[in-house]
Amino acid sequence: MAKVVVAPVAELPPGERKLVEAGDKRIVVFNLGGEFFALSDRCPHQGGSLCAGLVSGHVESPEPGVYHYSRKGEMVRCPWHYWEFDIRTGKSWFDPKRVQVRQFPAQVESGAALVEGPYQAETFPVRVEDSYVVVEA
Amino acid sequence: MSPSPIFQGLRPIDCDLHPMVPSMRALTPYMDEFWADQVVERNITTLDSQSWPIKAPKTIRADWRGPNGRGAETVEQLRTQVLDRFGVETGILNPLYGVQLVLNADMAVAFTRALNDWIRAEWLDKDDRLRASIVLPLQSIEASLAEIERLAPDRRFVQVLALVMGEDPLGKRQYWPIYEACERHGLTFGIHAGSAYRHPQTSVGWTSWYLEEYAANQQGFQSQLASLVTEGALVQHPKLKVVLLESGVTWLPGFLWRLQKTWKGVRFETPWVTRPPAEILRDQIRLTVQPLDAPEAEVERALGHLRSDDMLLWASDWPHWQFDGDEAIPPGLPERLLPKILRENALATYARLHEGALA
Repeated sequence: MAKVVVAPVAELPPGERKLVEAGDKRIVVFNLGGEFFALSDRCPHQGGSLCAGLVSGHVESPEPGVYHYSRKGEMVRCPWHYWEFDIRTGKSWFDPKRVQVRQFPAQVESGAALVEGPYQAETFPVRVEDSYVVVEA
Repeated sequence: MSPSPIFQGLRPIDCDLHPMVPSMRALTPYMDEFWADQVVERNITTLDSQSWPIKAPKTIRADWRGPNGRGAETVEQLRTQVLDRFGVETGILNPLYGVQLVLNADMAVAFTRALNDWIRAEWLDKDDRLRASIVLPLQSIEASLAEIERLAPDRRFVQVLALVMGEDPLGKRQYWPIYEACERHGLTFGIHAGSAYRHPQTSVGWTSWYLEEYAANQQGFQSQLASLVTEGALVQHPKLKVVLLESGVTWLPGFLWRLQKTWKGVRFETPWVTRPPAEILRDQIRLTVQPLDAPEAEVERALGHLRSDDMLLWASDWPHWQFDGDEAIPPGLPERLLPKILRENALATYARLHEGALA
């Protein structure tokens, strides 16, 4: 797996997402309150771009008419047919075992570590004193 | 008379029989004095509904009509035409008379009670093989509940009955006390083709022809299933069984596909629907096989799409003209499924059939 530098941490604040390309893969990286999660940008249904999807919360119900709304910002819906996926796991809500978006490891690494490589060249310079969001793809 | 050979050994349960009320005068003995007099003074002659016009060929099979052109008016006719003819062990009566069309709720309750008592006295008391549905006066939910409580102690009532095109979508919460009563008493909720004419029989407006209206029942059934699932009526009443009567069958898989496919995208609207809609419906919905709506050669393939062998219940739909002669089992039903469709599925559906003679 190659490491891809997505962005300086400061440029991908909580609630934001960014699309990166790694070889022939398109990957969308989300910042959920300081934690980073990377999913394939291809919906497993028909290939819609999840990066273009609505991000919402999760609603559950113990009985008709009662709405328990939680985890705001942690579910992404494909813009084509509104299938919803858990950003933390890539799993669909309605069939979590069989319908999943591929997940990639994402973490923050220091510029100092990254300049030693190997990492995939990016369109921005990596500075030793900054931190970066990195995806292994 | 010995039963038709195709039924021998199968002890069939007929889930859809329609005794027809000869005229309103047949019901007045079962009304209180006020309503009995009203029927006479207002000259209310009949409540035959245009959902089943008496002269329409479909309403009564030609060789089952009496000299007056009507039919299904006596237990004797039922015995010779169906019960003895097909060796039926148990038959469930679903009276279709236009009591659901009456707009005055007090009148509707009086007429519906009379209809249910007529069924009890003129049919159930006359043949041990018979069971019946409690017709609900859904003009009033309170009155419907009272009617269930009044008749449920008579264990020969095994189901309650509504029309597919009635007052409101049946999943709505105002109907839930009825489902709770059904669960509590071990009664199924039967939904039969037909309209109370509160709304056009199609979602695009009123129909012009009998043909349009008969075919439109299928859309009505689809809308009721969608309502029962999305409103949460089925998940909230997991013991409830809903039986679709004279609904047709082969439209169901295509409808389930659309319902389930779309649910995947918009399930957040109805978060209480926590299982795929098709699974919920497979567990709680049953359908009678008359009519089936498929050519003989395609029946097995069409039924395969249901992905369940438990959903279908045999019915003759007497006296409606769904078949000729003794072809009361729709051609093409797989031989291996006949024990389930003719008997076992009904026993698994109707809790009260386990009692009495069938225990």
